[in-house]
Amino acid sequence: MAAKETRIIYRHIGADAWNASIDKYLSDGGYSILSETVRRPREELCAEMEKSKLRGRGGAGFPCGMKWKFLDRKSGKPIYLVCNADESEPGTCKDRLLIYQDPHQIIEGIMCASYAINAAQAFIYIRGEYINGYRILMNAIEEARKKNFVGKNICGSDYSCEITVTRGAGCYVCGEETGLLSSLSGDRAYPRIKPPYFPAVMGLYDCPTAVNNVETLCWVPQIFKMGGEAFSKMGNPLDPGTHIWGVSGLVQKPGRYEIETGACTLGELLYDLCGGPLAGRRFKAVIPGGSSMKILRWDEKFSIKDKDGAQKEVRTEDIPLDADSFMKCGTAIGSCGIIVMDNTVDMVEALANLNQFYAHESCGQCTPCREGTMWMSRITKRICEGWGREEDVALLKSVADNMCGRTICALGEGAAWPTQSNVSKFKEEYYEKIRRQKKVGGQARLDNNSYRLI
Amino acid sequence: MENEKVTVNINGCNYEVGAGLNVLEACRSVGVEVPFFCYHPKLKVAGSCRMCLVTIGTPARDRATGELLKKEDGSPEISWMPKPAIACGTKVSQNMHVVTDSEFIKSCRESVLEFLLLNHPLDCPICDKAGECKLQEYANTFGRGESRYIENKNVKPKKVMVAGKIMMDSQRCIECSRCIRFCREFIGRSTFSFTKRGSKTEISVYPNSDNDSNYLLNVVDGCPVGALTEKAFRFKMRTWFLKVTDSICGESSAGINVRVWSRNGKIYRITPRRNDAVNDMWMTDSGRYIHYRFEAKNRMSVARIDSSPCDLGYAAERCLEILKLGKVAIVANAWQSVEEMFLMKRLADACGAKIYMISHVGADDGKLLSADRTPNMRGAFLTGLLDSYPPKDFKGLGAAIDAGEVGTVLCFREDLKDFGLEQKQLKAANIIYCGALENNISASAKICIPLRTEFEKNGSWVNRQFRIQKFNMAVQAPENTFADIDFLSFLLSELEGSHFDAPSAEDVRAEMAKSIVAMKDAVHIPASGLPLDSSQFASVDFPEEDAMHYSRQKK
Repeated sequence: MAAKETRIIYRHIGADAWNASIDKYLSDGGYSILSETVRRPREELCAEMEKSKLRGRGGAGFPCGMKWKFLDRKSGKPIYLVCNADESEPGTCKDRLLIYQDPHQIIEGIMCASYAINAAQAFIYIRGEYINGYRILMNAIEEARKKNFVGKNICGSDYSCEITVTRGAGCYVCGEETGLLSSLSGDRAYPRIKPPYFPAVMGLYDCPTAVNNVETLCWVPQIFKMGGEAFSKMGNPLDPGTHIWGVSGLVQKPGRYEIETGACTLGELLYDLCGGPLAGRRFKAVIPGGSSMKILRWDEKFSIKDKDGAQKEVRTEDIPLDADSFMKCGTAIGSCGIIVMDNTVDMVEALANLNQFYAHESCGQCTPCREGTMWMSRITKRICEGWGREEDVALLKSVADNMCGRTICALGEGAAWPTQSNVSKFKEEYYEKIRRQKKVGGQARLDNNSYRLI
Repeated sequence: MENEKVTVNINGCNYEVGAGLNVLEACRSVGVEVPFFCYHPKLKVAGSCRMCLVTIGTPARDRATGELLKKEDGSPEISWMPKPAIACGTKVSQNMHVVTDSEFIKSCRESVLEFLLLNHPLDCPICDKAGECKLQEYANTFGRGESRYIENKNVKPKKVMVAGKIMMDSQRCIECSRCIRFCREFIGRSTFSFTKRGSKTEISVYPNSDNDSNYLLNVVDGCPVGALTEKAFRFKMRTWFLKVTDSICGESSAGINVRVWSRNGKIYRITPRRNDAVNDMWMTDSGRYIHYRFEAKNRMSVARIDSSPCDLGYAAERCLEILKLGKVAIVANAWQSVEEMFLMKRLADACGAKIYMISHVGADDGKLLSADRTPNMRGAFLTGLLDSYPPKDFKGLGAAIDAGEVGTVLCFREDLKDFGLEQKQLKAANIIYCGALENNISASAKICIPLRTEFEKNGSWVNRQFRIQKFNMAVQAPENTFADIDFLSFLLSELEGSHFDAPSAEDVRAEMAKSIVAMKDAVHIPASGLPLDSSQFASVDFPEEDAMHYSRQKK
């Protein structure tokens, strides 16, 4: 397999003479799918979506068709569609490019999806830091409204739907769907307990709500166009379509690469497309899907079953790029933000950096995450500052274990997994650092206070 | 629906529990303890403390056919949830399996407590909550005993005064959000809120704004730790030294169930007692300080005749002599217990006296402070003292004195001067004043008999729902005071000739049950009170508005 990109969602990104205006988008056949979609029956569209087996691109990988199917249509309450553009996972910035360079694709996706689920109102919840993205989206919606793609009687049909854009205030938990809904309805961005607050039943303003990622919504028109059946045959059948891999960290050519699922391996992506490690360095570890996923050692070996059912041993670099394969290796692709670390990276400091992020971003609602993230962050900080104890390694693992799976939302796990995997896979490095710093002792430890963040 | 039962397997035993309960309540109902901090039976579920984690399983179903799967031995196959679930946020269902005592659940509780204690100041020795603190109790029962935390603790604001009556200590707070939910759901206004994020989250109020509410102190009872403490009770007494007596709040006809906390004859605080039919778990702030009315400086401490102190028995004898002269009017009040009213009615019959009462009406807040500011107006109707809602003043009594129909007024508690009697009318009649407190007429009354307060006697009151509720003696009465029942029965035994000597409240209730139809079941009153038949009073125009657990009778 030679690594190559399959640009579908990213077809316009970086294209010559492309800009975010509606004229450009229309000249490329834009909104034609929407005008066809609003004339098709809704049941058919939802069935297409289910057939497509499209997995959500936000991180959890929940099948989008199922999400729509679960919407409580009998309650008599309005249904809302929320586009989750609160992209704040470290290592991920796939949606940002779409928002900045191809906003009309998102709007078309939102309108297609809104029509399919008969949404009364669509919302875009955009990350507070994307100020320009907000302006671009507002501008694009205004353009689309003038051409009758948003608003009353879309494309001459009897379906009307408005899009409201709301900016977050810079909070990581707003990316969690129930946290986002709390924030959108004006409360503190606290994730809600499930049951009873399943968004499909009691979402925004306690009405059934579909919350979909930007990339997922961009897929919607494509699927309506090509048909669910055809889409499901694209790439790995368990995870069809393409993924936009955002590679960051210590590689020659970091960037976003849209690749058909299973079409190439992690090694091919990092060596062929990203140009391999920096000169004179070796890959050491990779976090495959945004910082919250479990880290992989580059020299790790996994035993996974391939398509024919035969057990085979694979190295990290041989893992095919699809959700399923990473799952079998004990991690997940999350939001496809690959963070690459090479042999110059101190894993303890890398973890200290991540833990500091989680301690800062924990919403503080439920006990294990609120206190656990802070505790882990203080431990790793202390080790970095030279005051580590050997028992801290076990302690870190224990704190992470105590958080994992006991919190309201998935971010408790997201904060615990990096520590769990990092500590267990690079244990020796921790002991070595602690012992080394103990030898230095005294004043030197204090001088070492200014540790480096990657 | 209410009586529907489902079978739930808790720790390997099958129990029948009420359908619709959450797992936590279901476990409690069969005596299995599930610890919790943020859950509150009367507030929305927050599910944030993670203390009540349990393992939950439901009968497994075949994916294709939907049929229940069975094990080889015929018992249902259980599909266990991969993660522990919060007991407070999960509803029970038929054949649900719950595990609360596994090693795993123990480790969950241990870890939650460890997390909570990381930043808790552990200042139990100077904390008022000590002794009734959930954190302290659970740390003892479920905690690991020692901390693995060597970092510095977070520092948050301490000693923040809220509305002049609550001292807030954010550092002790465990972020359970009960106070936030209470204010939002019951008071209807956000007083408390979280600020900041993550471990730095702290409970706070709007600075420099009017956060007051007559229900604010309920957050102190609700606070599972010492983050919110009542200013009036702060540093006054350790809770374990206090004796708890179940009582009823005499502030209004709502009949709030309370606990009176006292030591050595002094009441230190009053807190609400749960009664789902009356006050849920709340009470008014004003009701908490009602015992201040009976402070020693206001008390009538000794019997007096013509303003000179005398023996209590002698005063009672003199009183009897005057009553025997006839032309008696009795002024009753609705703070008296039903038992006293019953005797009062007999006394009135015995000496041919007419009974006068007045109403004490204030603003109704639609919750637990009702318009009728007396606790037992319904009791006066039941015992026959009244047949229509009484007027606001004693003009009728004044007219009777002027007309010469009344020569003696036997007045209980009420201040005649404040409520419509003029000086010359007071002079024209012999005033016998019986009450616990001094007031305008006690100084000029011919005879003063010191009685006891509602905290010093047993009895029962009938609240606005016609629910009879018992209050118990919390503190010893001072010497040289009469219990109302003793005084009345003494007069009765002399006037009626009946041998009815110093009965207890129970004795009188037994007597009452025989002669009053509506009270026939009210001999032994359960702790939650007993609703009485009120159909015969449907036409009475009571002043209370619709409120919590009370709706005005349709006319």
